[in-house]
Amino acid sequence: MAELSNAARPDGPALVDIYRRMLRVERNDDAIRAALRRGRLQMPYYSARGQEVIPATISHLLTQEDQICTIYRGIQDMVAKDMPLKPLWAEIAGRVDGTCKGKGGPMHLTYPDMGIMVTTGIVGSSMPIANGLAWAAQLDGSKRVVVAYFGDGASNIGAFHESLNMASVWKLPVLFVCANNGFAEHTRYEDATSVDFIARRAAGYGMPGFTVDGNDADDMYAHVTAAIDRARSGEGPTLLECKTFRFLGHVLGDDDFYMDKEAKAAAMAADPLPALRARLIAEGHASEADLAALQAAIEAEVADAQEFGMNSPVPSLDELRRDVFAEEMPA
Amino acid sequence: MSDMIQMNGIQAINAAMMEAMAADPKVLVLGEDVGDREGGGVTGTMKGLSSKFGTDRVKSTPISEQAIMGAAIGAAMAGYKPVAEIMMMNFTTVAMDMIVNHAAKLRFMSGGQTSVPLTIRTLTGAGWQTAGQHSDFFEGWFAHTAGIKVVAGSNPADLKGLLLSCIDDPDPCIFIEGGMTLFVPGEVAADQGPIPLGKAKVVVPGSDVTIVSWSAQVLRCQMALQGLAEAGISAELIDLRTISPWDRACVLESVAKTGRAMIVHEAVRSFGPGAEIAATINEELFGQLKKPVCRLGAPQCPVPFAKALEDAYIVQPDAIVAAAKALMD
Ligand SMILES: Cc1ncc(C[n+]2csc(CCOP(=O)(O)OP(=O)(O)O)c2C)c(N)n1
Repeated sequence: MAELSNAARPDGPALVDIYRRMLRVERNDDAIRAALRRGRLQMPYYSARGQEVIPATISHLLTQEDQICTIYRGIQDMVAKDMPLKPLWAEIAGRVDGTCKGKGGPMHLTYPDMGIMVTTGIVGSSMPIANGLAWAAQLDGSKRVVVAYFGDGASNIGAFHESLNMASVWKLPVLFVCANNGFAEHTRYEDATSVDFIARRAAGYGMPGFTVDGNDADDMYAHVTAAIDRARSGEGPTLLECKTFRFLGHVLGDDDFYMDKEAKAAAMAADPLPALRARLIAEGHASEADLAALQAAIEAEVADAQEFGMNSPVPSLDELRRDVFAEEMPA
Repeated sequence: MSDMIQMNGIQAINAAMMEAMAADPKVLVLGEDVGDREGGGVTGTMKGLSSKFGTDRVKSTPISEQAIMGAAIGAAMAGYKPVAEIMMMNFTTVAMDMIVNHAAKLRFMSGGQTSVPLTIRTLTGAGWQTAGQHSDFFEGWFAHTAGIKVVAGSNPADLKGLLLSCIDDPDPCIFIEGGMTLFVPGEVAADQGPIPLGKAKVVVPGSDVTIVSWSAQVLRCQMALQGLAEAGISAELIDLRTISPWDRACVLESVAKTGRAMIVHEAVRSFGPGAEIAATINEELFGQLKKPVCRLGAPQCPVPFAKALEDAYIVQPDAIVAAAKALMD
């Protein structure tokens, strides 16, 4: 595994923006869970609570044109990339104003205007498609980069290995971002993975690989900056293994019998969200009043989006015949 | 008669596995999260197996469907009887080469020198708002592949008996667990043994219309029975249980009697198994049919997320009653 020679560091405004994105993710996640508890929403939900630094830092460093392919746990990746919340809420409520007209739901949210190209429920499948989007960027002569988000468990499926090899051979502008939260459903990392660090696998495919503290904005900032620079300059892909922890299990309602209780307690005590907040205050990047105002604005946005989503109409049954092909299927 | 035990499909599958593994040390289990350390499978069907039979025989795997299937094929060729879990039927897609090009064909391509006695267990079904990648019934794909048997029970006793037969079968079988069928309790004989593959079951006898169905759709057909009775229609409900090879004799005998046939499946209607059954009925009973054979299945679209759309996607009991009435007109 390589070391960064020249580590970029986030300045105050960058840290504030990363925190803003994290808070937007977390407040939205909180509202979704509350709506599920109250029966206002019905869906399988894979919370990413605890993993916010990863998409917040990456999204801070991406442009709107840059694209992402993400997974069932990826609502955070979209919200961090500033996807508007109204179509998101309408979609998870299964309504017609949803970004997929209620047909895709939480596991398949898509919003190309903000570069949110694919959400997959199939482990590993974000990666091959990210390659194709990156190839298109290359052909277009564009500087855009593509992020493929996935989990540690996904590094054991063929799609990972095939995609890394191809991306490397074709020097594709892809960031392979593995959120290593230590578990794949109920399977522990060490029980299913042949290497102690997933980043080691990059060597086999001739690309740089880094194990990063995915809960640390500085570490993430430095490595993501380097990976984006490399991709934009045509040198090819990077594998970033971002170590983190998911606080709420695999799927909402999942108990944590398979987790080491102390490790979980320690991870939760080190919650990166309040930690970054405290740092912003301590280092003078923001005041209590600034952050309270930020939070109030985000909460208002979330509440508004929720209201909008819940009040959007249910899709008509004609939707079953639309979008199967470009041309509507006959009734 | 032996004692009847009340259990649900999960318990029935678990009971079959416990018995099969105890009876034959060649029976193996592999799949994601199947070990007790990981909870004994997503629905708990594999609970207790790794504790009882050891983690050499019951292996939790990485998320590597192709490698899971390949390992199961190899072990089967070497004389073991692996039961490989592909957590959900949609995930068979990433193992299709292993299943279709290898498991199903090795016996034939080797001129009978090798064989692949493995069982693939896999869960699926719409109705849980899991949308386009977690709910498909692909039984038609596998039934269209020569060399693999396709099995789907609808109640605990059948799930147990059919799974026992799949495990003992000399050829590859895919055993489909319709989500709905796992949670409905039923009576299972304490000594419930293997139920032969390729044999359908007449669930309810009747004289006006033959309804052929399998897996979760049998449950929805049963929900339609009252509506059918109220409409004065005497329906004969057949649970096909094995989709390939299917019990032509049972179906044809029934349709010869009723003169009307309906096939109800959860999978998309176009090119679905219903078409094969309907075509066979037409070929064999053309002159005796009072109405064209009716097929009910999902519209030609991916399983949608929104509840209203998903409800409309699945053939519901009302639609079964309405279609039967139309057959009686
Ligand atoms: C091909 C495939 N196999 C199995 C599953 C079921 N499944 C969904 S998520 C998951 C665990 C994935 O773990 P990881 O990649 O570490 O990501 P995490 O969920 O921890 O974020 C599994 C096995 C699936 N969706 N797709």
